[in-house]
Amino acid sequence: MTSAHAAAVKAALPAIEISGLNKWYGNLQVLHDVNLSVAQGERMVICGPSGSGKSTLIRTVNALEGFQDGEIKVAGIRLTRDQAVVEEIRRRVGMVFQQFNLFPHLTVLENCALPLRLVRGLSPAEARARAMHYLSKVRIPEQATKYPAQLSGGQQQRVAIARAVAMQPEVMLFDEPTSALDPEMVKEVLDVMVALADEGMTMAVVTHEMGFARQVADRVIFMDAGRIIEQGPPSTFFSAPKSDRTRAFLQQVLH
Amino acid sequence: MHYKDNIDYPPMLTRPVVFVPLLSAIFAGLWWFQSGDGAFGRLVRGLAPVAEGNPLNLVTAACVTALVGFNIFVVMRLPLRQQVWLVWGELAALILLFFYSFDLSFAFIQRKIGFLITQGLLTTLYISAASIAIATVLALMGAIAKLSSNGIAQGIAHFYTSLFRGLPLLMQIYMIYLGLPQLGYVVDAVPTGIAALSLCYGAYMTEIFRAGIESIPRGQWEAARALGMRPVAVMTRIILPQSMRVIIPPTGNQFISMLKDSSLVSVVGVWELMYLARTQGQTEFRHIEMMVTASLIYWLMSIVLELLQKRIETHFNKAATR
Repeated sequence: MTSAHAAAVKAALPAIEISGLNKWYGNLQVLHDVNLSVAQGERMVICGPSGSGKSTLIRTVNALEGFQDGEIKVAGIRLTRDQAVVEEIRRRVGMVFQQFNLFPHLTVLENCALPLRLVRGLSPAEARARAMHYLSKVRIPEQATKYPAQLSGGQQQRVAIARAVAMQPEVMLFDEPTSALDPEMVKEVLDVMVALADEGMTMAVVTHEMGFARQVADRVIFMDAGRIIEQGPPSTFFSAPKSDRTRAFLQQVLH
Repeated sequence: MHYKDNIDYPPMLTRPVVFVPLLSAIFAGLWWFQSGDGAFGRLVRGLAPVAEGNPLNLVTAACVTALVGFNIFVVMRLPLRQQVWLVWGELAALILLFFYSFDLSFAFIQRKIGFLITQGLLTTLYISAASIAIATVLALMGAIAKLSSNGIAQGIAHFYTSLFRGLPLLMQIYMIYLGLPQLGYVVDAVPTGIAALSLCYGAYMTEIFRAGIESIPRGQWEAARALGMRPVAVMTRIILPQSMRVIIPPTGNQFISMLKDSSLVSVVGVWELMYLARTQGQTEFRHIEMMVTASLIYWLMSIVLELLQKRIETHFNKAATR
């Protein structure tokens, strides 16, 4: 992290601010009093064992999951259940899913262009041009006229990233973006994410890719059983974890 | 076969264990039902003098069985597509022969068919097309209501599908035509028919549409909503186009079925195809001529719908079949 970047991170208003967040599924509490602030331009990686609530946490940010108690602010806007508020926040927050969730009945280009037309109000020509620009950035412009089913998993996930980034969000959420990929395709997706981070995009990434966390993250969060157990910059997080649970987890994923 | 599994099965009908019992069963059946008494028997006696009774039955059964066996032998030597078309054509020819055997007066048919088409067929088409359009709208609304979180909408939709799937269509036609006047609202015969068909088929299709919409994985909704798309846009641009693959085949069934159920509207005196088929033959006791003609017209219309369904299916499958 350069000092200029660090200064920028400190100066700005938080992109995401979560305070006192609690969430239950029936009697099962899946998030326990979560407090978390993501600065603008910050790259945050969330890790933890499966079922620890990390996916649920980032899915509450754009209201794909509800919550019972606490407060979430995105770019200063308090998230409520009001449609206008939720849609305003979703326009500012992009998301990439584990299962890509491309629209199978649309071509790659249409996948990226349709939301631009419907949500951003771009003309078809503008939408296509912008979609092509972002498909080029994920190095996949030659696949524009194909359907998602004709692409490899890695290519599909890169299209999904282009589709989300083309909306020009302020924050990108990644929900285990490489977990459904064959091992040889993980790198092409991570490379695209690294490039995105280099451009200064604010990112919250749920992942088991600890190499990515070391290389890119400003901060690593470790969650277990719905609680944030430990957080810190990757240098200290990986070399000197404070909690036993973090150490145990890192031993599992780092071999 | 849709799923071939990379195994070359020997064709069923080339296996003695299949065709010997099959042909034996055909022979036994024909003999048992004394096929010599009927048209086949007359045909055989026209070719060779065979004593009536058991000998004729035996010879007839043997001839027909041999014909079927020879037919199978020939057809099995053709490529698959030709097999399908040849068998289809043979069966169609048999049906037409069956109709021909009624000793029809083609002059009478020729005299009446113009009216049957300009009045009957057009009315049937008009009623069916209007009902198809309205039923589709009702089904879409019903499905969305059933999947909504609005209690009133759900209640109406559940009651609607229950009532209109639960009552015989004929009863619905009578209820609208004879029942509504009790409230002071007189409905003409054609609007009655369209209303009853739309309501009834809309109810069945509500379930088809609901199942189609529910077949789309949650992730599609999440992705579209996370991109900021509005619920209506998600439904019309993302969910419905994908559900069409599931919705089209059973909906095609419904349309073909509705085309023929439109004949029930004849009970309130609409001059559609079935009504004319029943009444035009009466004066000259030529009922069967009109029935056969109307049957063939219904069948032809159904074939058109079948082909249409196939085209639409291909269209909505194009992304999935690559």
